[in-house]
Amino acid sequence: MLSRTADNLFWLARYTERADFVARILDAAMRLASLPSSYSGERNEWESALASAGSMETFQGLYSATNEDTVRDFLAFSPANPSSIRNCLELARTNARAVRTALTTEMWEGINGAWLEFKRFDGRSMSREEFARFLEWVKSLSLMFEGSAHRTMLRNDAYWFTRLGLAMERADNTARIIDVKYHVLLPENERVGGSLDYFQWTTILREVSALTAYHWVYRDRIRPMRVADLLILNRQMPRSLASCYEVMVRHLDLTADAYGRRGPSQRLASATLGRLNDLAIEEIFAQGLHEFIEAFILDNNQLGTAVAEQYLT
Amino acid sequence: MGAFDEMGPMAADVREAYAGLKRWLEATPRDVFDTRRSQAELFFRRIGITFAVYGDNEAAERLIPFDIIPRVLTKPEWSIVERGLTQRVQALNMFLADIYSGQECIKAGVIPADLVYRNPHYRLEMVDVAVPHGVYCHIAGIDIVRVDESTFYVLEDNARTPSGVSYMLENREVMMRLFPELFAEHRVAPIENYADSLLSSLRSVAPASASRDPVVALLTPGQFNSAYYEHSFLADKLGVELVESSDLIVRDDVVYMRTTEGPKRVDVLYRRIDDEYLDPLVFRPDSVLGVPGLMSAYQAGNITLANAVGTGISDDKAVYTYMPEIIRFFTGEEPILSNVPTWRCRERDALGHVLDNLHELVVKEVNGSGGYGMLVGPHATRAEIEEFRRKLKRDPDGFIAQPTLALSTCPTFVASGVAPRHVDLRPFVLTGADGVHIVPGGLTRVALKEGSLVVNSSQGGGTKDTWILDG
Repeated sequence: MLSRTADNLFWLARYTERADFVARILDAAMRLASLPSSYSGERNEWESALASAGSMETFQGLYSATNEDTVRDFLAFSPANPSSIRNCLELARTNARAVRTALTTEMWEGINGAWLEFKRFDGRSMSREEFARFLEWVKSLSLMFEGSAHRTMLRNDAYWFTRLGLAMERADNTARIIDVKYHVLLPENERVGGSLDYFQWTTILREVSALTAYHWVYRDRIRPMRVADLLILNRQMPRSLASCYEVMVRHLDLTADAYGRRGPSQRLASATLGRLNDLAIEEIFAQGLHEFIEAFILDNNQLGTAVAEQYLT
Repeated sequence: MGAFDEMGPMAADVREAYAGLKRWLEATPRDVFDTRRSQAELFFRRIGITFAVYGDNEAAERLIPFDIIPRVLTKPEWSIVERGLTQRVQALNMFLADIYSGQECIKAGVIPADLVYRNPHYRLEMVDVAVPHGVYCHIAGIDIVRVDESTFYVLEDNARTPSGVSYMLENREVMMRLFPELFAEHRVAPIENYADSLLSSLRSVAPASASRDPVVALLTPGQFNSAYYEHSFLADKLGVELVESSDLIVRDDVVYMRTTEGPKRVDVLYRRIDDEYLDPLVFRPDSVLGVPGLMSAYQAGNITLANAVGTGISDDKAVYTYMPEIIRFFTGEEPILSNVPTWRCRERDALGHVLDNLHELVVKEVNGSGGYGMLVGPHATRAEIEEFRRKLKRDPDGFIAQPTLALSTCPTFVASGVAPRHVDLRPFVLTGADGVHIVPGGLTRVALKEGSLVVNSSQGGGTKDTWILDG
């Protein structure tokens, strides 16, 4: 397949996933904002949402105050924020349009329809309830995208590159949340019954849609180390770093088998997966959660570069 | 001006081909039509059939209006058109082969030498280059108008990169989705084999050095081109890669595309980029749409370009006026389809006549297209006429003139209900190593403004599904 096509598919999947991620961050912040401040703590949940989305600097150049209105506008609707939901949907559509031939009709219609429909929303005039519905709609788009890819695409390199892009974006998003919030997960902050941190932990879980999953997996009250375990090592959890790497390794291997050639991407991805498989969460905490995550983000970016060099250019 | 209506007068006699449609129009409640029309629009928007209008930023992506009343031709009517098109395109290909090698038609005085040699679309780079299988124009879009029961004229030959075939195919798709019962009542000749036919034509003209399973790719200027939708649509239907210039590289006179598995050889390039932009080393050096080295690979016989470089000369409206002579010279037959009677303004007597009658003539630039650079006398203001008069006097060679034809009309949905609107027809004529193929029908374009004769989509025209009734 054309390298450019593979590149467009990879980024199409990344942008769709990113739109979903930003929607979940906003959803979690809205929930935190609606709690009385004695539960949610002194910290501004809207600042924290910006930090999770990794776009604090761009934001500060554009707005003078950090509050619900400005953050909602910036993360969801602003054309000036490269990762706003608006831009993710538009870029997803631009990438999709460039590779119409590699997409099934269902995928194209979904992505094209999403962008056309987005233009009907007016961010400024939305009540909280309307905004919540808007976020639900954005989240339903990623289900539609993944679902239509899963149900309609041929299982060939085109499909594998969308899976790869999606998993790489997910890994990056999950890692970014941990990177921003690692301090609330550190054991010294664990105080039994401390309601303040409890809501910070559940917020993290909500940001990766894992609150219910946590209870099913651990059958325990929420403990920060287990939250970290769920997000980093647990293979049942589709947004954990380990799961994402499992997906990446599988699809990189399928690509290598089909093309009859392995390269740096396969080596880097397997090495990272191997490390994740060998670690226990206690060891990660012993090494330093923050250091671990920073190293992971670097590795993930390096894999992105390797994939681009090997296949996408 | 009483134009020929293809359905017949609404109140009285209906022509037989339209009998079923007329009953349908009368029996179907207006609100059903309204619903179907909005469904059609939604369908086109969702699948992304849009076109860009140059110089129109507001509506960077606009829909071409689609009219749900089909245009109907009977089998006998179509047979004449089909035979005429086959003859014309065969002659066109022989003409192109001749002007680039041998120039017999010029020696025989069929066409003035300066019209060929001084034509901006005549490519010296192509002189004595043997194109694979001798085919120059693999895909032609011949614009045809009808003026009465039995007269079809060829209005224009589009031999460079004619567009519109995606609309022909999607219009049918939409009609079949919206009105299955109409298709049950009419025996409409299918057109869905167009893509197969195009692919086999393209593969049949692969160069001798290609493998037994030649690789075809479609070259597009990219997603900001007005016809990008069509390019991607066709690549998809053909099952070939849609490439941009940055996807192609030329090494040792062989063209490759960059793929995830490394470079892959391309044998046939269905290019939807004009000659001038194809190769910055040969043509416009500022072109970023082109592929450096492509022409040298072409001249070395390692790739087929469809259409060939240099076919634009037969798009030329001055050359058009010689088509009847060209057909006679190369086929030894009388033309089956006539040209519209045309005055060549390069000829002194004709120019005089044209200048005296500007208010009732259509004047066209010989190199214009898309309805731009055109004067429709009866609809023009005095100032526009005077402007054309000046242009004509300054550069008579640059223009031709034709009578304002009473193009046939077809019933069409407009704000006030159903009313006759002028139409033309663009059938797509494919030429492979094994001869000419035409799917029955073509793209019907309709001028939606009352009385308007300009059907171009860039000028507010719409489209209709075109039915050839199979017996």
